[in-house]
Amino acid sequence: MSDNLSIVLFSGTEDKLHAAATITAGAAAMGMPVNILLMYWALDAFRADRIANDHGLAYDASRPRWNEPVEHVGDIPWLETFRQAKELGDVTIRACAGSLATLGLDAASMDPLVDDAGGIATFLAAADDGQILFI
Amino acid sequence: MTTITTPLSDTELLSLTGDKVVDARGSACPGPLLEAKKAMNTVQIGQTIEIWSSDPGTKSDVGAWSAKVGHTYLGTVAGEGYERTFVIRQK
Repeated sequence: MSDNLSIVLFSGTEDKLHAAATITAGAAAMGMPVNILLMYWALDAFRADRIANDHGLAYDASRPRWNEPVEHVGDIPWLETFRQAKELGDVTIRACAGSLATLGLDAASMDPLVDDAGGIATFLAAADDGQILFI
Repeated sequence: MTTITTPLSDTELLSLTGDKVVDARGSACPGPLLEAKKAMNTVQIGQTIEIWSSDPGTKSDVGAWSAKVGHTYLGTVAGEGYERTFVIRQK
């Protein structure tokens, strides 16, 4: 099996972006090439004009629980973690060309963390036969 | 070449001083690992980095990273409110 780790990043909430950033940074530090495809809400979160905004929490995390206030999630530095991962290792972040079209965006509106836009075949070819996560 | 048995004992670890100290105290996973990786590029092969961390995952993470990348994990010893982890750069 290939050493590559590939992630389809679909979600655009702070908690899921943070989970993806943590896995990416860990893999990058371990010397594993990381290949990320941004789709839908993740793509929206990576827009240059919105990336620093508060993206909220996923519905399952935001439901109130009497003994676990959601404020405990706190300030989660997913953006900085992605930046560090790219500095440290071989991390490619691609915008899904189809999702760009669906959301009416173009690649130029993405944050500089996004390397380029590509189709699903580009992503799958880069995934080689390594593992693919969907977040 | 000298052969060393790792991890070293606490007594042996306490006698060590890293060529580079990485103070990652207060940083949560994966912060200390990322700091360790960055610091490794600043020392020569054969030199030792010493990572200070208050994150409970650092000890096993740095051990796993060292094994994967090919560095020598010497061990982890308790400091006051944090742990000191030692790794020799091998490549």
